[in-house]
Amino acid sequence: MKHAYTWGAIAVVVLASTTGDILLARAMKQVGDVGELWRRTCLWTVASRILRTPSFPLGVVMMAVGFYSLLFALSWADVSLVGPASASLTFVANAAAARFFLHERVDHRRWTAALFVAAGVALLAG
Amino acid sequence: MTFRKYLVLGGITLFAALGDSLLSHGMKEVGSISLNHWSSVLTAVFNPWVALGIVFLLFFFVSYTTALSWADLTYVLPASSLGYVLLAVIARFWLHEQITPMRWFGILLISSGVGFVTQGPALTPQAQHSATAGFKESEPALPGARQ
Repeated sequence: MKHAYTWGAIAVVVLASTTGDILLARAMKQVGDVGELWRRTCLWTVASRILRTPSFPLGVVMMAVGFYSLLFALSWADVSLVGPASASLTFVANAAAARFFLHERVDHRRWTAALFVAAGVALLAG
Repeated sequence: MTFRKYLVLGGITLFAALGDSLLSHGMKEVGSISLNHWSSVLTAVFNPWVALGIVFLLFFFVSYTTALSWADLTYVLPASSLGYVLLAVIARFWLHEQITPMRWFGILLISSGVGFVTQGPALTPQAQHSATAGFKESEPALPGARQ
């Protein structure tokens, strides 16, 4: 039963972190290049523009859900399982989600990079 | 990619690794927190190492969102994953932990992944229009362009 809780919490971490990343990426693409905007306006204008984008606070909330799910997962299982499993799966889930929801061009190079990094993280944290 | 943009990617790597290391160091001083006394996690932020870690993680968040404003998510995540390698180096040379051959292989895989992704473009061409449109992003950059 504890095993099911652990993998359930890992699934929530991956889902919430991926959703958070997608929402933040979507918000920042709507805002535009922050460096360019800062040169043309002031910091307060840039900050208020980011905060007024609906995807941004939603993304932050989802990141927070992911963080607290990670804390729960860590209370049920070892960090050597939870850390690499959640980080690696999040890398792969992000690549798939970015292709479908952000319409990013995820070519062979990016898939290879995501899989190499996911495998590397699993080996490093394992 | 300009030097400033590489600097932002470097900032993500550095701030995440330093923030995580400081949080870990601070939480070891605080001690383990039971789920029955979960509110103790709120007072943990008064530990100076945890507080400093949070400051670095705020810098990480600013760098991360800045990078997402001009690059794809599938570019930023692998390109900034050298932080895992940096953490291993900190563990080896500062905390004097042993790095097994399997972990060195993991470092090699991450570095190769970073090498792969940074050779390609940072932004999907179609999205480039809306990313550089700035305040005019509500108007389609091209007829029928995706927002």
